[in-house]
Amino acid sequence: MIPLSWYLIFAAALFCVGLFGVLTRKNLIAILMGIELMLNAVNINLLAFWRYLYAPQMSGQVFVIIVFTAAAAETAVALSLIISVYRRRNTVVANDVDLLKG
Amino acid sequence: MTPMQIFFLVTAALTLFAAGMVVTANKLMHSALWLVVALFGVAVTFALLDASFFAVVQVLVYIGAIAILVIFAVMLTHRMMNDTISQMNKGWWLPLVGALLLFMGLSAAAVSFQGAQTLLPVLPAGGENLPSLGQGLVASNGYVIPFEVASVLLLAALVGAIYLGMEEDGGRKIL
Repeated sequence: MIPLSWYLIFAAALFCVGLFGVLTRKNLIAILMGIELMLNAVNINLLAFWRYLYAPQMSGQVFVIIVFTAAAAETAVALSLIISVYRRRNTVVANDVDLLKG
Repeated sequence: MTPMQIFFLVTAALTLFAAGMVVTANKLMHSALWLVVALFGVAVTFALLDASFFAVVQVLVYIGAIAILVIFAVMLTHRMMNDTISQMNKGWWLPLVGALLLFMGLSAAAVSFQGAQTLLPVLPAGGENLPSLGQGLVASNGYVIPFEVASVLLLAALVGAIYLGMEEDGGRKIL
């Protein structure tokens, strides 16, 4: 059968791919997609721990619901911000949003 | 290799391949569509973990709402970036090395902690026990406060997103 460590390694790999995407991509929306991958990796981790170690309780599942909600809220605000930046600055490249740069 | 193990490995490989394509695709629309594949792979993983409610919620919320919003945003901004130049910052090898180091560290912690080799326990209620989840979310000695705070957070985020998305029209704001 599948030991717990397999799920954790899979979640760690997904997290690292998302992290690489956030640190490397130029486009603001591509950075947001990397953040979504990281949040999904966290959800897999939480559910794996819930299923293997804490299955009689529902605390792990409540945690996952809260992470889902926070991720949805954050994506809505982030996309609205990106469209607002696009309308004012005519760019979606992260490096070009540099008004505060010294 | 039991069939479940093979199925898990195929799902994990597909999801990680799709995630790799998300972060390396040249055209942003392809990246968004690969994200849908990766999210679907995560939904399959949730189903493997006997969290069928979360598999369905993942498809509905992440694929059906968040990924669709991302595709909207890609289409609304698609003319502003040339798709043929490199999509990665110069010096992308440094985050690659960092991500690989982090992965090795997390995997080492994952295989060596105390409960790492536990196998699947039988669920006591014979299933996922959704009624107890529902009751836990609204019980006053349960998780009603995080539940309500999350709802208020979602409402505040949506109001904020609508306000940020309004355009000026000769001095007044329109939707």
